[in-house]
Amino acid sequence: MNIHQSWGNVPQVEQTCLEQLWRSQTLPAAATLLPFGQGRSYGDVCLNDKGYSLATGRLNRFIHFDREQGILSAEAGVTLAEILELILPAGWFLPVSPGTKFVSLGGALANDVHGKNHHKAGSFGRHVRAFELLRSNGQKLICTQEENSDWFSATVGGLGLTGLVTQAELQLKKIDSPAIVQKTRRFENLAEFLRLSEETEADWEYTVAWVDCMAKGKQLGRGIFSMGNHATAATPGIKPEVLQPKFSMPFNAPSWLLNQYSVKLFNQLYYHLPRKHDSQVHYEPFFYPLDKIANWNRLYGKRGFYQFQCVVPLDKAEAAISEMLQHISKSGQGSFLSVLKRLGNIASPGMLSFPRDGITLALDFANRGESTRHLLADLNEITDRHGGAIYPAKDATMTTALFVNAYPGWQKFSEYMDPHFSSSFWRRVTGE
Amino acid sequence: MQSIVILGATSAIAEQTARIYATRGDALCLVARDDAKLEIIKSDLEIRGASKVTKLSYDLNHTHLHQALLDDVIKALARIDIVLVAYGTLGDQKKCEQDFDETLQELQTNCLGVISLLTLFSNYLEKQKAGCIAAISSPAGDRGRQSNYVYGSAKGALSIYLQGMRNRLYNSSVHVLTIKPGFVNTPMTKDFKKGLLWVEPDVIARGIVKAIDRRKDIVYLPFFWRYIMLVIKLIPESIFKRLSL
Ligand SMILES: Cc1cc2nc3c(=O)[nH]c(=O)nc-3n(C[C@H](O)[C@H](O)[C@H](O)COP(=O)(O)OP(=O)(O)OC[C@H]3O[C@@H](n4cnc5c(N)ncnc54)[C@H](O)[C@@H]3O)c2cc1C
Ligand SMILES: NC(=O)c1ccc[n+]([C@@H]2O[C@H](COP(=O)([O-])OP(=O)(O)OC[C@H]3O[C@@H](n4cnc5c(N)ncnc54)[C@H](OP(=O)(O)O)[C@@H]3O)[C@@H](O)[C@H]2O)c1
Repeated sequence: MNIHQSWGNVPQVEQTCLEQLWRSQTLPAAATLLPFGQGRSYGDVCLNDKGYSLATGRLNRFIHFDREQGILSAEAGVTLAEILELILPAGWFLPVSPGTKFVSLGGALANDVHGKNHHKAGSFGRHVRAFELLRSNGQKLICTQEENSDWFSATVGGLGLTGLVTQAELQLKKIDSPAIVQKTRRFENLAEFLRLSEETEADWEYTVAWVDCMAKGKQLGRGIFSMGNHATAATPGIKPEVLQPKFSMPFNAPSWLLNQYSVKLFNQLYYHLPRKHDSQVHYEPFFYPLDKIANWNRLYGKRGFYQFQCVVPLDKAEAAISEMLQHISKSGQGSFLSVLKRLGNIASPGMLSFPRDGITLALDFANRGESTRHLLADLNEITDRHGGAIYPAKDATMTTALFVNAYPGWQKFSEYMDPHFSSSFWRRVTGE
Repeated sequence: MQSIVILGATSAIAEQTARIYATRGDALCLVARDDAKLEIIKSDLEIRGASKVTKLSYDLNHTHLHQALLDDVIKALARIDIVLVAYGTLGDQKKCEQDFDETLQELQTNCLGVISLLTLFSNYLEKQKAGCIAAISSPAGDRGRQSNYVYGSAKGALSIYLQGMRNRLYNSSVHVLTIKPGFVNTPMTKDFKKGLLWVEPDVIARGIVKAIDRRKDIVYLPFFWRYIMLVIKLIPESIFKRLSL
């Protein structure tokens, strides 16, 4: 039976679901295996068609919390939401957080995720002090930057292919308040976005931009730049609490709901929406705006959706991204969730880590079949031509050539793969 | 702050229940047969806020050790506010049909052993004139069905035992709660095909804690199982015996 799906709902696969219940246990004798966290990856990186998917949701116990030093060790199935619940009241925060808190520690490690502070803090893996890797032969490896350091860099960003991470130790970040001091600025084009990125990068811990992917001509590349810092003193009314979703999409929406007109209208309104330029907000809406609606992925209907995320080198960013935006707006596909962000030059620790110096663009596309895959192929090609990379956590269409170009470490990496582990993603991009 | 002893603390439902008490800052005494699992749960509960966690390794089928177990619990907790009985096995119905020893084993785990524990703990609480005994029974004990009537009869007997004990302990202010969870996604039911009626153990845990707080007598969890079982109990036996349930 398959109850594990990826966030985008494409591709649909057939796999047998198993569960790891205790960190003291060995792995089930089944091949091929792939760990499954919270299924917040969009494409097939968390799927293993015709194989076994090993759920880690029950591995959600805390192991040690040093409240003075901000060092937390926990089982790999603990979610970032659960971690926040524990650490916020103690004055600590996640060192790096993706755009949803409903991901597991193991998933964040295996995709070496990045957040709005990449230019300051680098990727998630840099804040992992140690983890335990359980291999199918029963071997347990404690990995740190010094000990078993090759296994460390194979497993961070290793897409679940080197074995099961059973537990990990994280260095947290001290904060004075759960509030974020936020500023937003409209920008009219990509050049202005790049300028804002550069100007803000020293003084602002968190930066990200929304881009109107439906805009054409002179409006191409317009959007809203937002930046934030942790507030330095307690703010009245903003409590150190984790917010639960307010709504839930109970079922799949009809597929006509998100069409180019509704999206265009939304984007128009969103761009022109009057907003306060400076404000103090709770960290939740700042980091996790989408977590307010549980199962929002069902908005895309049962055919699901693709996510595209690339990074292109800084000097080619303007050319590459305007070409992409032209393709997208011409196609009439694309959604309101389009994000631009400057990734900094702090090196990622993983052999296959995605985050690297440059500009990243991320957006959703409702699955309209062939036309969507065509568009994605075009975007992939533009990425490749400009020396960029596609993010495996979001990918369902990258070709072998593009993968090999963007991830030159893949051959060395493959030596560290567990012989009993595999994934749909891996077989697709390596043509195995 | 309350003091809670959990018999069968490594059960998925028990673990989730213990977490709720831990975040309230309560003291917990965990009893189960697997020490390695207990250690894992213990440190988790301490981090989540439990004021004190003690672990005791006992195979709960060893009834001759139950007095020693009670003594250990008292040493660990000083006072007992809540006794939660959470262990159990689903058993292999087909095997039981062929082999009485197998049936006896199931009755021992799900009923007789529990009764042995309850005998000791109920007397202790009766003397204390306070406290709560909460035991996980099952709707399977409400009506015998061919697919699991050995498990069902053990849980059915347990439910009636608890009912009588509730009546007996009423005047001593000891609260007795019978918990009847529906389909719960736990290791016990890992081989079942899961559908709409299934819930995760944390949902049951919240229900258990609420029912204990509100001094309920019998709870079905989630609540709708009460109505499902009502309907099932209403079916005339002449029809029921023909159904493949
Ligand atoms: C709304 C939303 C916003 C997002 N924003 C961002 C963002 O800003 N930045 C970003 O980087 N990502 C972002 N993501 C992607 C998400 O952070 C990653 O896909 C993350 O890895 C998902 O974690 P998961 O627990 O759901 O893992 P899954 O998706 O279930 O698995 C991801 C990978 O991790 C492996 N894995 C999981 N657990 C283990 C383990 N214990 N041991 C070994 N391998 C394991 C799996 O095999 C798989 O390869 C976002 C996703 C969503 C839905
Ligand atoms: N899951 C459901 O759908 C459901 C529905 C209704 C009622 N229930 C009842 O709920 C209770 C909890 O079960 P669960 O669903 O949480 O399943 P579970 O996680 O499998 O828990 C069962 C626990 O019982 C323990 N146990 C069994 N025999 C024991 C013994 N002799 N000594 C000590 N411990 C023993 C097991 O310990 P080990 O870990 O050492 O094996 C295990 O921790 C059980 O009474 C069950 O009958 C469950």
